[in-house]
Amino acid sequence: MTPAAAIPQSNPVLDRSWSDPPGIIGWLSATNHKTVAMRFMLTTFGFFVAGGLLALIIRLQLARPDSKLVGPDFYNQLFTMHGTTMMFLFAVPVMQAVAIYLVPLMIGARGIAFPRMNAFAYWIFLMGGLMLYTAFILDIGPDAGWFSYPPLAGPEYSPGKRVDFWAQLITFTELSGLLEAVILITTIFKLRAPGMTLNRVPLYVWTMLVTSFMVIFAMPSVMLASTALITDRLVGTHFYNPAEGGDVVLWQHLFWFFGHPEVYMIFIPPLCFMSSIIATFSRRPIYGYPVMVLAIIATAFLAFSLWVHHMFATNVPELGKSFFTAASAMIAIPTAAQMFCWIATLATGKLNFRTPMLFALSFFVILLIGGLSGIMLASVSLDLQVHDSFFVVAHLHYVLLGGAVFPLFGAFYYWFPKFTGRLMNETLGRWNFWLMFAGFNIAFFPMHIAGLQGMPRRVYTYPAEMGWGMLNLISSIGAAILAIGILLFIVNVLRSRRSGTPAGADPWAAGTLEWAAASPPAPGNFSIPPVVASRYPLWSEGGVAGSVKGLVDHRREVLVTSVLDAIPNHRATLPESSIWPFISALAVTVLFVASIFTPWAVVWGAVLVTPPLVAWFWPKKAATQRNLQREVKP
Amino acid sequence: MSSPRFRQTPAADIDVSLLPTYVYGAGSMMWWGTMGLMLIEGTVFALAIVMYFYLRSHSLTWPVNRAPELLWGGINTAILLVSLVPNWLTKRAAEREDLPAVRRWLAVCLLCAALFLTARVFEFGALHTRWDSNAYGSIVWMLLALHTTHLVTDTIDTAVLLVLMITGPLEGKRFVDVSENAMYWYFVVGSWLPIYAVIYWGARL
Repeated sequence: MTPAAAIPQSNPVLDRSWSDPPGIIGWLSATNHKTVAMRFMLTTFGFFVAGGLLALIIRLQLARPDSKLVGPDFYNQLFTMHGTTMMFLFAVPVMQAVAIYLVPLMIGARGIAFPRMNAFAYWIFLMGGLMLYTAFILDIGPDAGWFSYPPLAGPEYSPGKRVDFWAQLITFTELSGLLEAVILITTIFKLRAPGMTLNRVPLYVWTMLVTSFMVIFAMPSVMLASTALITDRLVGTHFYNPAEGGDVVLWQHLFWFFGHPEVYMIFIPPLCFMSSIIATFSRRPIYGYPVMVLAIIATAFLAFSLWVHHMFATNVPELGKSFFTAASAMIAIPTAAQMFCWIATLATGKLNFRTPMLFALSFFVILLIGGLSGIMLASVSLDLQVHDSFFVVAHLHYVLLGGAVFPLFGAFYYWFPKFTGRLMNETLGRWNFWLMFAGFNIAFFPMHIAGLQGMPRRVYTYPAEMGWGMLNLISSIGAAILAIGILLFIVNVLRSRRSGTPAGADPWAAGTLEWAAASPPAPGNFSIPPVVASRYPLWSEGGVAGSVKGLVDHRREVLVTSVLDAIPNHRATLPESSIWPFISALAVTVLFVASIFTPWAVVWGAVLVTPPLVAWFWPKKAATQRNLQREVKP
Repeated sequence: MSSPRFRQTPAADIDVSLLPTYVYGAGSMMWWGTMGLMLIEGTVFALAIVMYFYLRSHSLTWPVNRAPELLWGGINTAILLVSLVPNWLTKRAAEREDLPAVRRWLAVCLLCAALFLTARVFEFGALHTRWDSNAYGSIVWMLLALHTTHLVTDTIDTAVLLVLMITGPLEGKRFVDVSENAMYWYFVVGSWLPIYAVIYWGARL
């Protein structure tokens, strides 16, 4: 018999108490994790498309030698905006956006920890992105590359406000990312369904836990670095000014101490998109659960000891470089362990080649190529040869698209029915996949060769005599095919959202808890929260061992459990929806943007920011009364 | 009414209706949220200290200007350490839910905050360097400014909590907020000690 908790049931009282209020004020006050996550995903996808369009202009420009389509100044803005958008406004935040939708559902919770902070983090992210694009439209888009090395990005070589907007964008996005990390860690540690011991946590949730800790240790570095950069530029500090005792390589250390772990913040969550998709479409649990978890943790640790391999062309001591070469090669070990676990799972499973699975399998081809060119680049001598060439461009796109974007698209196909209640079209999905796969390889594989032939990155054009014309033309054609593939994805989403096949709760017959909720889930996720007894509760007999009774429906009550064994501890009430996170985010935006123009904005901006934050915290009489009625002291 | 507790993770239907609606310490979500913020800010402080020594290793003379005066930094360290006592008493009173004591000790904490913020102004004046003098001045100002930001935010938090404790509306879980605010104060004091050592003794050793 299937326990009641495994079947979605409607509960109007519960739905009402977890719903966000109606109207425009209500819309701005939304705190439901699914609403915020959906906006977050759409926003990051919007930036992905914007960054992609910039890339298409770049490819159009480079398609033939001596092209006059765009000038060098605009070209600098193009590649800086493309890199900044993809790294800071898409790759890291989209992983968090997906997680704030899925994690509460996967752990059997009705909500997310700190829902108002979650809304605040979204608004901050949105406003940061809008600020950057507003600056770009006004021809003050950053132009010193997505990693803004001084002295080029310093006050002497980049006068004007362009780099300041870049530095403030970092403040916006990293603030948002750090808050989301705290929210996800607290949610995963404290809101898991009873019975979901750490040993039974879905692999995807493990990856988000590890990623969130990486965010906490890595992002402060880039925030500190960019703050030092902006104070160098605005108030005359000398952190990166060698004439006054500063050092430009300090920037590279701080940036890459963040930047390398960042690659893994982008790459680790998709590893367990893979694990979710492969398990479901192989009809068996992933082989080697402990190996997978340990491999993720090992990757995270190693990721913090690799940063100098981005700096082989600087005056870092040679012995130090050898250490970082070894550490870089070592990361292949946990990655390989995971690959072998997936291969074992695939080899012993009953495979079903649906679109999500195609995207997941493409990882094996694309990431493998990216990984192999990575091992080449980990060698100091080879790195010096191809440094700043298109070889590096090819490598990083193979790693990031193969490691993150392809699995992410697979994840969208996989969870789209959960988000919308409808399946995406399979035929369009296959066209989408094969066009993206072919387009990607046609676009980026020739860049390896162009790089080896000496074509430097970040040049707006090249003379015909260099002989790079044909390779570049092929790349540009590939980029166009890739773009058509992505366009088909958008068409598929728009069509399937309205007229796709209704999915039901569990269209793929998958094993984890999110498939026990309705599609799309009710505002309160689970009308009867489950007690779980298995890693794949919906697959094993007795996996959903029972249900949680005693949480009231007319309030946003959640069960808080213990960190290791998910032993029920207390019932907490999540706060009501509120407009103050939005207003606070507006005030913070005024502070951040104004401080580009005057340092005093930090002072009067703080005065502006404090009242909405206090109003956000200040309890309402009615809500307090209701809480008091049900209060049980510890 | 005594509430039943679960000793192990359940494997059947459970009834949680008699569980408490809030708890103190590591059981609460608030504790983990505060911990997360402390971890982030601790990382920022640690990295700023690394920056200090990195810049120092690249400089022939250090400090480039006269070392900062010990007087105001010493006074401030003393005030911060003393403030741990009322803060500890606030935390204890909060966890006993003793409202008069919470009000009293929160007010004393706020007084301490006013004192150390005043002393901090003089501390900036006694650094003997400016942020725009050279890289040494920049990093010293950065360290002190970062810590001051925390002093200011925690002072505002404490003031808001004091007003709330006087005016209400109150419920049990507001005492958890007071308790977590006290924990954050420990962090602000605890993180000062290494920063103090770097600013004042990193320039002398």
